[in-house]
Amino acid sequence: MFEIRIHSRGGQGGVTAARLLATAALHDGKYATACPFYGAERRGAPVVSFVRIDDHPIKVYSQIRDPDLVVVLDASVMETVDVLHGLKKGGRVLINSAHKKEFAGYATFNVDLTGIALREKLVVAGSPILNTPVLGALAKMGIVSADSAKAAIRGMFTDEKNVTAAEAAYREMSA
Amino acid sequence: MMINNDRSAIIVRAHFVHSGNRFCEELVIIAEIPKEEYIKKCTSACAGCSSSLTLRYVLKASGPDTVLVVPACCTSVIQGIYPNTAVNVPVYNVAFAAAAACASGMTEAFQAMGKKTHVIVYAGDGGTLDIGIQSMSGAFERGTDFLYICYDNEAYGNTGMQRSGATPLGAKTTTTPTGKTVEKKDIDAIAAAHHLEYMATACSAYPQDIFKKVAKALTFRGPTFIHILAPCPPGWRYPTEKTIEMGKLAVKSGMWVLYEREHGKLSISAPSKAAMKKPLPLEDYLAPQGRFAGIDAKSLEILKQRLSDNLKKLAAEEAEP
Amino acid sequence: MKKIATGNKAVAEAVRQALPAVVAAYPITPQTEIVETIADYVTSGQMKSRYIPVESEHSAMAACIGAGITGVRTFTATSAHGLLYMHEMTNWAAGARLPIVMANVNRSLGPGWNIWAEHTDALQERDTGWLQVYVSTVQEAYDTTLMAFRIAEHNDVLLPVMVNLDGFSLSHIMQPLDTVEPGDFIPPLHLPHAIDTKNPAGYGGLTGPDQHFRFRWEIERSMRDSVKVIEATEKDFERRFGRKYGPTEEYRCEDADVILIAMGTLGKEAEVAIDILRKEGIKAGSMRLRWFRPFPNLDLAGKEVVVIDRDYSFGYGGIVAHEIMAKCHCGVYSVIAGLGGQEVTYDDMAEFVRERRMGTESWFGVTGNV
Repeated sequence: MFEIRIHSRGGQGGVTAARLLATAALHDGKYATACPFYGAERRGAPVVSFVRIDDHPIKVYSQIRDPDLVVVLDASVMETVDVLHGLKKGGRVLINSAHKKEFAGYATFNVDLTGIALREKLVVAGSPILNTPVLGALAKMGIVSADSAKAAIRGMFTDEKNVTAAEAAYREMSA
Repeated sequence: MMINNDRSAIIVRAHFVHSGNRFCEELVIIAEIPKEEYIKKCTSACAGCSSSLTLRYVLKASGPDTVLVVPACCTSVIQGIYPNTAVNVPVYNVAFAAAAACASGMTEAFQAMGKKTHVIVYAGDGGTLDIGIQSMSGAFERGTDFLYICYDNEAYGNTGMQRSGATPLGAKTTTTPTGKTVEKKDIDAIAAAHHLEYMATACSAYPQDIFKKVAKALTFRGPTFIHILAPCPPGWRYPTEKTIEMGKLAVKSGMWVLYEREHGKLSISAPSKAAMKKPLPLEDYLAPQGRFAGIDAKSLEILKQRLSDNLKKLAAEEAEP
Repeated sequence: MKKIATGNKAVAEAVRQALPAVVAAYPITPQTEIVETIADYVTSGQMKSRYIPVESEHSAMAACIGAGITGVRTFTATSAHGLLYMHEMTNWAAGARLPIVMANVNRSLGPGWNIWAEHTDALQERDTGWLQVYVSTVQEAYDTTLMAFRIAEHNDVLLPVMVNLDGFSLSHIMQPLDTVEPGDFIPPLHLPHAIDTKNPAGYGGLTGPDQHFRFRWEIERSMRDSVKVIEATEKDFERRFGRKYGPTEEYRCEDADVILIAMGTLGKEAEVAIDILRKEGIKAGSMRLRWFRPFPNLDLAGKEVVVIDRDYSFGYGGIVAHEIMAKCHCGVYSVIAGLGGQEVTYDDMAEFVRERRMGTESWFGVTGNV
């Protein structure tokens, strides 16, 4: 079973990212579950979402304790949240950042989702959309296939800019 | 004037009358009151019960294609005891707070089925002003297509005459043994605040008036409300044969005003119009009722003031163009 | 057609397909997505039902009762305090013999305000005459809601059915969902006592001491008859749609010495604990209790039984543990865990089994108890 923890802030679409990832995994013929963990649903508060992917039905509901992959959609949450908590030895980090960030002991993957979203004019109510482009980065990392990522995005959003931004993230993500 | 002619209107003709300095259309419900009885012989009502009398005329106006929704109140018992029922239309008994909400569901279902069955809540004052007020307000606000009738004996009659929000200032009940110290809740103003297309007041002593108002209410789509004063021998403490007399005194003293509000326009009914010209002294109404025996001077003063203010207010409102 | 859906969405989708004529509901966390989804289906024309946005849960059940007695299919959903607020009317619904289906998203009771999973809310309704089932996956939430309508409306039942799903743990989790074409799986409702103005009757009026008990017995008689109806419905569901359900879901119980029993999502995660225990040589199995009312016959003879209660009856004990003890005449190790959404993992559950002290009760997370 592959476990992913996604860190973001309320209102940024972290929950949707989890859903898209699970949907893409489903398209890949896998079993996937996704779950947000939040208390009061407040914009701006740190939010965590969990995704589990496996070849067999997943029977676990409790929180992911030792993820294989940590995704940080909003680096500012790191001020108050230990995003690396529980990350498995040999685990990976995917971070939305314009500048190359490194986390000692873990393979870190950087992608400027915010920059890509702004460039592709993927903006809603003044906020850059991060949850569709991140699928592209995840596909590049091999978590889901590129075709399934696109199918998942198209299944949820009609605006093709979402797919374009995901393709950009696929190309521009750097290890 | 909006009338739905596919509902059971017993409206026979409309004609123009000269009223004041204007011609206006007055809808006159002239049909004879049908002879068919929907209240049969085995009720458990007290002798002199206003509610039984009222319900007879409500059902005559509404006819057989009617369902009564009845929350906990005297009528729950008056129907009789299983396996008998005294009422010859379906009666859906429901919990105390729930009548209007139950009616909401029922009328939606009938509409879904394309049926035009009248849904009438028939509730006491407790189930309307107090515990039932939330569901009534909700049903009104949602535009529920039903008629809500509150028959008001100004106390929780079914449980032995405890005070309700409808109990008048100064009245003795089992829980206000020396007289209620706060005033009657104005449920008509609360109902009016929901922008009802039709609402009215009535009194069991004027059954023809009840009949006409129910018939008219049932021609409206959406929520309608009729508040009926129901003098109650055990509750008001007067001899059982004097129920009609009590009702007439209530109206003639101006303590109870008969009126209609149609699309927000007030028209005072004939008996109250007459009363307002020269109302009987309030004492004439209070004195025969044991519940007002020994009422203190202050409360009496307040009652009189309220009565007088109310009559002025209603007269002024009616005079508005 | 497979897609990712939350437990709440799965319930709403099943309701859309069952097509109740009237839905009356009041929002409460964590049920709100059910209510909002249905409202959306209705206003967008995907669901030709009438939706009443009532002003309280008490009124929600009252409205379902008013609609139901005309003979139409009805649905509502609630949780915790909403369920408790309608308690008077849930009793009424069962007594009125109305096949209302209600989704209850299990949530704890305040004070303090806690919005996470606990079963005490629904278990406090266990005496009302409602049938009760607890589901553990998004798929099961969908399947069971479809079945609930058919079971409730069966002429031998005519009692309301409550479908329970864990707040947040199941209501908000996204899992794969395979929807079906129900076809004629849910037959049209024929309510024998529906209002008929051509044959007027009084409903629920004054009933004396010489008669009332007969009506109470009738509820129980139908509750007993529902066992066969549930079984037949679940068999037909399996035949048509390929997924099998029963009063319990058993995992590796055949040769087990110790059985771990739980309801809802804990009952599903328990299977992971069983695999761990088996690797250690402990012959454990899990039994997820689905139907709580009518309470099923459980075959626990000769086994050690560990029961996890995500609920409590103060001054008495875990409700599930005690019902099992009373009905199955066996001793249990009773663990109180998961209250208010308390995290309980498969590792914790494996430890409950390892540490079991038969005949005692233990509160997870509370030291020095029992």
